[in-house]
Amino acid sequence: MKHLLLGDEAIAQGAIDAGLSGVYAYPGTPSTEITEFIQLHESRRKTGAPIFCKWATNEKTAMEAALGMSYMGKRALVCMKHVGMNVCADAFMNAAITGVNGGLIVVAADDPSMHSSQNEQDSRFYGRFAMIPIFEPSSQQEAYDMMEVAYLMSERLHTPILMRVTTRMAHSRAVVITKDSEPQQNAMPVPENVKHFILLPAFAKQNYNELVEAQTVFEQEAVESTYNAYSKGKNPKIGVVATGIAWNYLMENYKEEMGYSLLKVSQYPFPKALVKQMVSDGAETIIVIEEGQPVIEELIPAYIPSYVKVLGRLSGTLPRVGELSPDCVRQALGLEPLPKNESDSIVVARPPALCQGCGHRDMYAALNEVAREYPSPRIFGDIGCYTLGALSPFHAIHACVEMGASITMSKGAADAGQHPSIAVIGDSTFTHSGITGLLDCVNSNANVVILISDNLTTGMTGGQDSAGTGKLEQICCGVGVEKEHVRVVVPLPKNMEEIKQVLREEIDYNGTSVVIARRECIQTLKRHLKAKKQQG
Amino acid sequence: MKKDIILAGVGGQGILSIATVIGEAALNEGLYLKQAEVHGMSQRGGDVQSNLRISSDPIASDLIAKGGADLIISLEPMEALRYVEYLKPDGWIVTSSAPFINIPNYPDLDELKRHVESFKNHVMLDVESLAKEAGAPAQAANMVLLGAAIPMLGIDHDKMIEGVKRVFARKGDEVVAKNVAAVEAGYANGIKL
Ligand SMILES: Cc1ncc(C[n+]2csc(CCOP(=O)(O)OP(=O)(O)O)c2C)c(N)n1
Repeated sequence: MKHLLLGDEAIAQGAIDAGLSGVYAYPGTPSTEITEFIQLHESRRKTGAPIFCKWATNEKTAMEAALGMSYMGKRALVCMKHVGMNVCADAFMNAAITGVNGGLIVVAADDPSMHSSQNEQDSRFYGRFAMIPIFEPSSQQEAYDMMEVAYLMSERLHTPILMRVTTRMAHSRAVVITKDSEPQQNAMPVPENVKHFILLPAFAKQNYNELVEAQTVFEQEAVESTYNAYSKGKNPKIGVVATGIAWNYLMENYKEEMGYSLLKVSQYPFPKALVKQMVSDGAETIIVIEEGQPVIEELIPAYIPSYVKVLGRLSGTLPRVGELSPDCVRQALGLEPLPKNESDSIVVARPPALCQGCGHRDMYAALNEVAREYPSPRIFGDIGCYTLGALSPFHAIHACVEMGASITMSKGAADAGQHPSIAVIGDSTFTHSGITGLLDCVNSNANVVILISDNLTTGMTGGQDSAGTGKLEQICCGVGVEKEHVRVVVPLPKNMEEIKQVLREEIDYNGTSVVIARRECIQTLKRHLKAKKQQG
Repeated sequence: MKKDIILAGVGGQGILSIATVIGEAALNEGLYLKQAEVHGMSQRGGDVQSNLRISSDPIASDLIAKGGADLIISLEPMEALRYVEYLKPDGWIVTSSAPFINIPNYPDLDELKRHVESFKNHVMLDVESLAKEAGAPAQAANMVLLGAAIPMLGIDHDKMIEGVKRVFARKGDEVVAKNVAAVEAGYANGIKL
């Protein structure tokens, strides 16, 4: 059947059709739609076996649960944005050492140009670091097809597989032709050798040796893969290597008469033999086009003679940072830019902003007024819609680094003598990575106020269920915050005086306190009201 | 046949519905299609755009090159101008005339409109009023804009109307009729090539 699918949706459909038993994920742009597509599929499924698809609390819990499902012989999928790889890195790296039983695919969606992210780290480094095969599709159809190929390979070679996509693959739509057969899930064969999953040094050493030995097999697979293709040109002095969607920008600009030797790479480990072939066919200059960091550009000089010039992001032939475009690839190929209009200077920036009527707004209005009463307040923000409190008109936060850092940074600042030291964190971010930091605060009775801005959802990524909804007070008390210092307010203009008073009291209390500002996200509220109306 | 289209607007205005209808009509014609969308952070009231490419031959890049777009369809006049670098020198701008002012430094509206009018090939319409006059709700303004863009799309008027009908079919006959009326209003008030 033909479908018009986002890259993310093609991955999801590919996994479903390959007999997926469970998807484990924490939302994050541009990966969120994979899990949402599987959730929608599950809500409509009438036949066949169920697929587990509830959101995980963070990427580490997701990765570990998926490994558990794989241990039991079933096919599992883990999805996250690139920075999620940092959170699950311990589980991910060690899953490469245990190997897998049922097929295990980890999808990392990178965001070069940082459309919705704090950095543009390239997940291929993680794949190389863990020494496992990586797939990087160049089209939505490849993304779909690769899922089955990768599950089979994962089971055949007992290794997790990393599927790396970037924003323009994840969030671009094209026609995908899918299989129509009913998906079959794996039966449950217990692992042949459970020692493989017990990483005591004695066993781990053996596993690691096996993983090192497997590298030649992984690489041979990549050399023979139909997703990688080398062709010698009529003018083989110049060669071009293009990975993932960079291939599309190359094809957009490539002219037959150029006659360069071309190497398309969509499966790793990098197929060295193919670039060596390019050189023995006469390449003296190799242009490397890759989305993200210069991973391959840094790698290939080690495999080829030093007289061959390697050009790419490091040489300045392509921009060092940011995502590729048809324009910069055009320039790298030595073509003139297309005739175009000048940009118009009347246009001004339109930055994203908190929605009108959002509870975070009222929370910041109160916090800003109270903070002004102290000579040098420090407010450590975190990741979510409320990070927009850094911009006009609030200018309310003094830091925002990675999920959970507000709590632990405010603790470190308080340890250094800062007062008031305040953390602002969303409900989903709090359960993702804030709880352990709060325990650190409690254990040293750090003089901090942790303000949880609870909109009852994971707002920034589109309103997914939030793991702590209905449990936040219990969690805080359970971790050991004094009950009288776990306060709840409703962020509405009419409650301004009360909220300010609560904040003052908790700032003045010498110890760890939590203030929960709770009001539903207005986007999810609208959706809930609409759904109610439709029900009658 | 090949058309490269930039759809522009402000987060929440509904540019993706325009893409859905064009996409439906294009696929029905057996054309190839690629559509890069914007999800995530910028949807929070920031500027949003989508690159829509349709062609009778396979399409390589998901993104349109600077100077490559045949057409900018924008639900907001300043947002139309944000992408003029991507427009071919003789490309078309089809835009709503109504500003969406959610920033303190929004430019002078008259000057802004003069900038749009300085493009030889432009259509600027009060799409919300046209939607209401056609008996459709203000949310159908995007369909009015789509109607005005039909002559530049390279897909027949009747084929586009069929596309609108298919896209809205599951929402019932009344919704279909209103959206068709909105598209027709845009088509009638636009420019015929
Ligand atoms: C490690 C990691 N995972 C996922 C994300 C993507 N992400 C950014 S904000 C956010 C949601 C935050 O939700 P919440 O804390 O409840 O705040 P809200 O957006 O609802 O205000 C997510 C999932 C990220 N930036 N980093």
